[in-house]
Amino acid sequence: MLFLILFPVLAAVVLLLTRNEKARSIIVMASAATVAIASILLAATYYGQGLVLFDVGIQSITPLMFAAEMVLAAVLFYLGIRYKKYPASILAVIQAALVAWFEYGIGHDIHATNDLYIDGLSSIMVLIIGVIGSLIVVYAIGYMRNSRHHNPEEKDRGPWFFFLMFVFMSAMFGIVLSNNLVWLLFFWEITTICSFLLIGYTKTEKAINNSFRALTMNLLGGIGFAVAVIVIGYDLGIVEMDRLLEMGAAGAAVMLPVGLLAFAGIVKSAQMPFQSWLLGAMVAPTPVSALLHSSTMVKAGVFIVIKMSPLLGMNSAGVMVMLVGGITFLLASMAAVSQSNAKRVLAYSTVANLGLIVACAGVGTDEAVWAAIMLMIFHAATKSLLFQCVGTAQHNIGSGDIEDMDGMFSKMPRLAGLMIIGLVGMFLAPFGMLISKWAAMASFVDAENIILITCVCFGSAVTVFYWGKWLGKMVAVVAGRENIEKGVERHEWFSTGTLACLAVALCVLFPVVSDHVIVPTVQTMFGTVSVAVSSSNLYIMSAMMVLMLLLPLLFFRKNKKETKHIYMCGVNTGNNLSFTGSMGREVSVSIRNRYMQDWFGEKRVGGIGMYVTAGMIVMIIAYSVYIWAGGAV
Amino acid sequence: MELFQIISPVCYVVLAPLLGILLAGSDRVITARMQRRKGPPVLQPYYDVRKLMSKERSTVNGVQEFYVLCSLIFMVVTGIMFFAGGNLLLVVFTLTLSAVLLLVAAFSSNSPYAHIGAERELYLIMAYEPMVLFTAIGLYVFSGSFDVYDIATGGTMPILYLLGIFAGLVFILTMKLRKSPFDLGSSHHAHQELVKGTTTEFSGRTLAMVEVMHWYENIFLLGLVALFFFDGTLLGYALGTALCILVYVFEVLIDNSFARMKWQTALKSAWLVALVLGVGNIAVLFAFGG
Repeated sequence: MLFLILFPVLAAVVLLLTRNEKARSIIVMASAATVAIASILLAATYYGQGLVLFDVGIQSITPLMFAAEMVLAAVLFYLGIRYKKYPASILAVIQAALVAWFEYGIGHDIHATNDLYIDGLSSIMVLIIGVIGSLIVVYAIGYMRNSRHHNPEEKDRGPWFFFLMFVFMSAMFGIVLSNNLVWLLFFWEITTICSFLLIGYTKTEKAINNSFRALTMNLLGGIGFAVAVIVIGYDLGIVEMDRLLEMGAAGAAVMLPVGLLAFAGIVKSAQMPFQSWLLGAMVAPTPVSALLHSSTMVKAGVFIVIKMSPLLGMNSAGVMVMLVGGITFLLASMAAVSQSNAKRVLAYSTVANLGLIVACAGVGTDEAVWAAIMLMIFHAATKSLLFQCVGTAQHNIGSGDIEDMDGMFSKMPRLAGLMIIGLVGMFLAPFGMLISKWAAMASFVDAENIILITCVCFGSAVTVFYWGKWLGKMVAVVAGRENIEKGVERHEWFSTGTLACLAVALCVLFPVVSDHVIVPTVQTMFGTVSVAVSSSNLYIMSAMMVLMLLLPLLFFRKNKKETKHIYMCGVNTGNNLSFTGSMGREVSVSIRNRYMQDWFGEKRVGGIGMYVTAGMIVMIIAYSVYIWAGGAV
Repeated sequence: MELFQIISPVCYVVLAPLLGILLAGSDRVITARMQRRKGPPVLQPYYDVRKLMSKERSTVNGVQEFYVLCSLIFMVVTGIMFFAGGNLLLVVFTLTLSAVLLLVAAFSSNSPYAHIGAERELYLIMAYEPMVLFTAIGLYVFSGSFDVYDIATGGTMPILYLLGIFAGLVFILTMKLRKSPFDLGSSHHAHQELVKGTTTEFSGRTLAMVEVMHWYENIFLLGLVALFFFDGTLLGYALGTALCILVYVFEVLIDNSFARMKWQTALKSAWLVALVLGVGNIAVLFAFGG
């Protein structure tokens, strides 16, 4: 277990020192493979054992972490001053002060017996991080090489890039395996800093601005986390996650710290009103986006919220979490309609889906959490697939705009095929995302939560629309396009193809995954399990998936029919790309989608979301503080 | 699982095309009479499809027919699951899959008319989807089960508690049946601003499959309407069957008395209906404990 946390750091350091590109790619691949195998082994070893706690027994780790945290805070403070981003500096100082106060005050007397743990949820997270994260890193090898081909004059900063990627993975493992909240906070901050550095990787002005926005917001969330740790230590005299959950379930007054931890999760998972940091993160190289969106960072956010879910429900923290999630799902889906940049559509879709996960966790029933975990798994697989497809497309057609993906089906058939799997995987039956959404919907109905029901129904309708029009672009067969697929790197094909297979396989194996992985996990969290989607229906879905795979084999034949031109009122010039206009002029045809700016424009939707969600968070946190200070529940 | 749950879907697969033909044929006759014409024979839809099957085989690209076939297959799957008494949400999602596959076929042609038609159809999906979901949820809140079988044999007519949702469903049925004023994506009339919209580039066998799919779809939709009257008694089944036909006639009347509206109107009105009738009805059910 420690191996998983420490090995990536080691790999990172080695990579930082490796200047040779060939050697680097070998080390990256070997380390990624090691991490993936180690995570599978870890999950397999502790499979079915419920919660297992570990006493690491090295007392000197905590002070070391504390020292590292102080150094990092100092660095952030300096960077904030240097780039004139004072809020970031101030927040970094506040956070360092909070941590220091805890460490030398109340925290000094509290000792955690079990610093690490593993349970079903952690195992799932370990697999997501280890397998999908590693695939993304492999993809990054090809992507970064390709990037350098496009801008040869740039200095090779590959070592730094891969260093950050691996440190990031290590910190993620730390988050999902730490039982000691102080450790958790440390790893939490490392992910904040890594994402800050990765977003600012290109060092353009925009990248720097966006990276500081991400930093500022996540530091704010981190402060929430730190305050939560202090309150927990002060009130309950503990620093361990398992005991917090235990005492909370037993009825201790934990609403304020749980609310604050959930708040930290909300910021990290880019829920409204904090969605802008994730959208700004698009300036980073595509593998970073894929990593942030699928297996790291935002998943840390939803992880902590799901972790807290047994304590959520119809209480102040629960209401905050579910409403923020539900409203974010609806509004972010709407905002996605208005975007034509592929990465921005993906980003809004991430925000929306995380919203759904957060809402499920907020509802805090066993069936809602079942849906939340399912969503998390499928989202990780499908979203990383889509990001990689878009990244490869961007390199080869020179644009990341959906409107420029005209005729991808003819230009890059294999890539288009992979992308289509990703797209339909996001919104159609019988793919996993849809089944999970269905379960989420059913659990909201069972919780009789009319606001969430409304959000999820309208949100789903909008979701069909924006994926549908993108899908329409991808499937269009456009005449006269050459195949330009040869330039795509081997690493990219391998990684993207594996992800596509993974996404499909997970759908076929859906009932098995549910019965043997998710149900036991929810069982340990809640003691009971009810699944909104009965297993017979899961098998029907699985059968439909197989049918979908078989259909092309059974019915798809080479076209023996005579191919005719498309209809353009009888004036098609004969190439399907233009028609004869007035005065015999040849007019070329281009087909564009609509983006409904005046309905779902980013400003409009984002503005509403900001006021509603920010208002709600402030009110509920203030209320929790009031209750906490008053000492009465 | 009862014997009924096996017989009923088999009947659907075999009989739905026949009933669909009669429905589409009667539709044309009634429409003609409303317009003071005599109209074609009732079996005209069948003659049309037979003729399409015999047409010269040509296409605009190699994948279109495959997509349409998939769309047809999943439409039949939708109906089978519904008439087997399966999960209503599963039915709804499979229906969406079928609808999207048809659009994919239209989009694949890269033809301006088909594209516009398909995009408008997407607007319609966005417009009616919430109400369809509220229908399923309403029936669940009423009966405590998403399974069509449990709802149909529940002992009480759902309509008594779900009047708002029923009205909402009838409203969006206009879109699903591709009737005016919401026949935005494709309509029966070829001489219009978007030619044949979604179906512009389909011909011969492909177009025939689309027609067959509509037969299956319409019978399924009428089944959904009839479900609101089923209470496990013979009377309930008879009433449901009679009233779903009446609803269809009503839709034909609407079809003939309205001009086509813009997608903006379709979206706004359908969402308003879903919000008021759908959410309102469910909220009332929650308030009074189901």
